[in-house]
Amino acid sequence: MKTFSRSVYLAAGAYTVSLGPGRREFNPAAPRPGLGHYITEAGRAALAQVDDPAAIDEGVIGNFMAARFNRQGHLGSLMTIIHPSLEYKPALRVEGACASGGLALATGIKSVLSGLAEAVLVLGVEVQNTVKSLYCADYLAGAGWYEGQRKDGPAFFFPGLFSERAGAYQAKVGSAARPAMARWFENAIRHARLNPAAQEFGNGVADLAAQGLTAPDPRSFCEHLNLYDCSKVSDGAAAIVVASAEGLARLGLPRAGAVQVAGLGQCAADLTAPPPDLTELTTCRTAIRQALAMAGVAADALGVFEVHDCFTISGLLSVEALGLARPGGGAELVLAGETARTGRFPTNTGGGLIGYGHPTGASGVRMAVDLWRQLTGRAQGYQLDPAPGQGILVSMGGNDKTAVSLVLRR
Amino acid sequence: MAEPDLDRRLRQVAVVGAAGKMGSGIALLLARELAWRALEQPAESFILNLVDLDDAALQNLVRYLRAQAVKEAEKQINRLRALFQDRADLVDNQDMVQEFGFELLLRLRTGRTLALARDAALVFEAAFEDEALKTSLFRELAGQCRPDAWFFSNTSSIPVQGLAQACGLQGRLVGFHFYNPPAVQKLVELILPEDCDPDLARSAAELARLLGKRTVPSRDVAGFIGNGHFIREGLHAIRLLEQLAPDHGFVPALCLLDRVYRDFLLRPMGIFQLMDYVGLDVFQAITGVMGRHLGEELDAPLIDRCLALGIKGGQGPGGVQKPGFLDYRKGRPAAGYDPERRDYLPLDDGLARQVETALGALPDPSLSWKSLQQDPAREAKLTAHFRALGGLDTLGGTLARTCLQASREIALGLVQRGVARTAEDVNDVLKLGFFHLYGAVNDFLESP
Repeated sequence: MKTFSRSVYLAAGAYTVSLGPGRREFNPAAPRPGLGHYITEAGRAALAQVDDPAAIDEGVIGNFMAARFNRQGHLGSLMTIIHPSLEYKPALRVEGACASGGLALATGIKSVLSGLAEAVLVLGVEVQNTVKSLYCADYLAGAGWYEGQRKDGPAFFFPGLFSERAGAYQAKVGSAARPAMARWFENAIRHARLNPAAQEFGNGVADLAAQGLTAPDPRSFCEHLNLYDCSKVSDGAAAIVVASAEGLARLGLPRAGAVQVAGLGQCAADLTAPPPDLTELTTCRTAIRQALAMAGVAADALGVFEVHDCFTISGLLSVEALGLARPGGGAELVLAGETARTGRFPTNTGGGLIGYGHPTGASGVRMAVDLWRQLTGRAQGYQLDPAPGQGILVSMGGNDKTAVSLVLRR
Repeated sequence: MAEPDLDRRLRQVAVVGAAGKMGSGIALLLARELAWRALEQPAESFILNLVDLDDAALQNLVRYLRAQAVKEAEKQINRLRALFQDRADLVDNQDMVQEFGFELLLRLRTGRTLALARDAALVFEAAFEDEALKTSLFRELAGQCRPDAWFFSNTSSIPVQGLAQACGLQGRLVGFHFYNPPAVQKLVELILPEDCDPDLARSAAELARLLGKRTVPSRDVAGFIGNGHFIREGLHAIRLLEQLAPDHGFVPALCLLDRVYRDFLLRPMGIFQLMDYVGLDVFQAITGVMGRHLGEELDAPLIDRCLALGIKGGQGPGGVQKPGFLDYRKGRPAAGYDPERRDYLPLDDGLARQVETALGALPDPSLSWKSLQQDPAREAKLTAHFRALGGLDTLGGTLARTCLQASREIALGLVQRGVARTAEDVNDVLKLGFFHLYGAVNDFLESP
C-alpha cells in the first residue's frame, strides 16, 4: 500500500466562466479573451484568497492543445503573468489530453511530497473556440493515436470513438442505456442551472428528457450519440493551491478551509491499442482503485463525485468504474436518480463537462475546485446540504488512456 | 448520373456576366459541381470559364468562391473523407477542406473577353436584363463558340426563341432562369423554345437536378411565370399606393401597403421591399420588355421618376441592400422615400403607430412568415388566418383581400394565356422562387 510521506492539502480554488455555445455572452463572430486572460483570471482569483502570494513556490499548468488552438507553447513561462512573485520560480506545463488538469494536480502534489515545494499553484486552461467544431475535432483527435487512427477515423473523431462505446453499451445493457444517457444529460443541465459559471447556466429548455432522447444522425454526426450526449466546446480555466501544512500556514490559509488529499491514483495505458472492453473504463478504474486504497475508503462511502463525462456514455461508464454499480448496472443507477444531486451519489454537482463545460486542460482542476467547494461548504447555489465529508474525482485523458483520481477529505 | 453527353459537356463550361449578383451564384453552383467531378474523375479536366467586364468584381468573385468552397467542404466532410481515403497526405478535416477549396479554384479561368467561352460546351449567360445587350452578347458568342455549344440564358423576361433567332442560335438556346440568390433558391424556371434540340431539353432538366434545383416549365412568353406575376402585382401595388397617398401621405401609404403584404398576407417581405431587392432599374427593364412583346400597358411612371432621381435599390457588394423605395439599416427598412421632398422619412414610432391605426389589428399578431416556415401546423394556421382576414372590416382587411384577389387573378391569367401549364405551376414558382408560404391560387377566401 502506497502512502504519502506527509499530508497534502488543496485550498483557495477558483474557476472562470466556461465560455462557448450556450452562454448568452458568447458570440462566435466577435473577438474573445485569449489564453492569457483565462490564466490570469483563474490564477489571480486563487491567489486573492491567500495572504501572501509570495509563499507560492512553484507553478504547474495543465493544458492539452494550446499549440494548435492558440499557436502557443511554453505555458509554464506564461504562468508568471499571474503574479510578479512567480517570476524566477519553477513553472511547467503538463499534458495528458483531457486529463491534463488531473496530471497538473498530481504533479503539484508530487512537488509538495518531494519537499522541494511547500505550496504550488496548479492551474488548468484551454481556449478552444478559436476554430469551428469541425477543426476542433481535428485538434482533439491528438488525444488518440494520431498516426495510427486519425486517417481512417470519422470527421468528428472522439465523438466517433465514444459512439462505438455507446453502441457496445447499448448492446450489452439493452433498452435502459439510451434513456440513461438522456437522464445523464438532464442531470447535467439541471446541475448547471445552479452554477452561474456553467456554460449551460442559462439553459431554459423545458423538456430536457425529450431533448436528450433526440435520435442520433449518423450522416451528419455519429451513429450512437446525439449532440446533447456531448460535452461542450469551451474556453475556461481553473486554479487551486496544493500545499503542505507548512505551506497553508505560510499562505495564511486555515486548515478548516482546506481539504486533504487522502488518496491519489494515476496511470496510463497503451495509446496505440484498442480498449480491452468498449463497455469499461479500465484505466480510470485502475486509478480509482489506487486512490480509494490509499484513502482506505470504499466509493459508496463517499459523499460527492466528480467524473469525466466528456459524453453521457463516459458518465455511465465512470459510475461503473467507481464501483457504484456493477458492470452494466450504471444505466439503472442513473435512471433511479442516484447520481443526481438529490441521490445517494451526487455526481458532477456543478454541471460536469456536459453542464459546466469542458475546457479540456482545465477540467481536472475544475473538478478539484468543485469538490473542495462542496467539502468546505463553498459551493453556494449548488452546495449539498449537509456538506459531504469526502469525495472523489476521476480525470480521464483520451479514450481512457490516462487517468488521475483523487480522494479528498475535509 | 447525368447523361453521357451532359457529362462530357460539363468538362468545359462558361458563365458570361459571372461577377454580377446572379452570375456569381450560378458560378458557385457550377464550380461546386465541377470541383466534385474533378475529384471523382481525376483523369478528366474540368474547366469553368468566368467572363465579366469588371476585373475587380472577378477577383471578388474568386474570393467568394473560395470562401463558399470551404463551407461546401465543411458541410460535406464525410463525403470528402471517403473520397480522400487513399490520400496519405490529407489527414485532418482541415487538410481536406483546404484541398477541396484548392481543387475548386483550379477549375476557374477568369477574364474579360468572350473568347474565354470559345471551348465551352455549356454557356450560361447572366448579363443585365437588357434585350439589346443580351442580343449583342449572344451574337458574339454565336460567332466565337464551338458550333455544338449549348446556351442557357438567365433572362427573366425576354422571349428566348426570338433571342435565338436574332443571334443564329436556333435550337441551341434555352431560358434557364435562376432565382435570387441562385445558390439558395430552389427554383429554375425552364423555358424551352418550340424548336429546341430535344437533347438540350432533356439535359437542361438534368442539369437543374444536378445543381440541386427544381424546374417549373414556362411557355416562352415575355415575363414567363415569375415576372408575369411579380411585375403585374408590383404595378397593382403602385396603383394602390397612388390611391392611398393623398389621404395618408406617400411614405405612410408605402409602409401601409408593405405591412399588408408582409404581415397580413404573411409574405417574407413587403412588396416595395421586394421591388427594392430586385432593383427598380431591373423592374423597369422587365416592364419594358414585357410591354414591348405583349403589347400590354405596363408603364410605371413612379418607378421612372425614382430612377431619374437616382433611387434604384438593388444590392451592393456583400449583398447589402441599397436604398430604393425604402432605406435600410442592418438589412431592415429604416426610412421611406418621398419623391416630392426627394428625401427619406425615418420610419419612427409615430409613423408605425399611424400605419397600425390606419390598418387596424392583425387577426393573430403572433403569426409571421418566419414563425410559420417550419411550423408543421402551417396549413391549418394559414386557413384560420385567412378565414379571420375574410371577416375583417378594417382598411387592413380590405386591402389584404384586394391584394390576395389581385394575385389570384394574375395567376389565373397566366394559366389562361398558356404561360403556365397549371395553377399549380404558378403556385410552385411563388413558393420556390419567392418563398411564399402558399400559392396565389388557393381556397383561403372561399373556404367556409
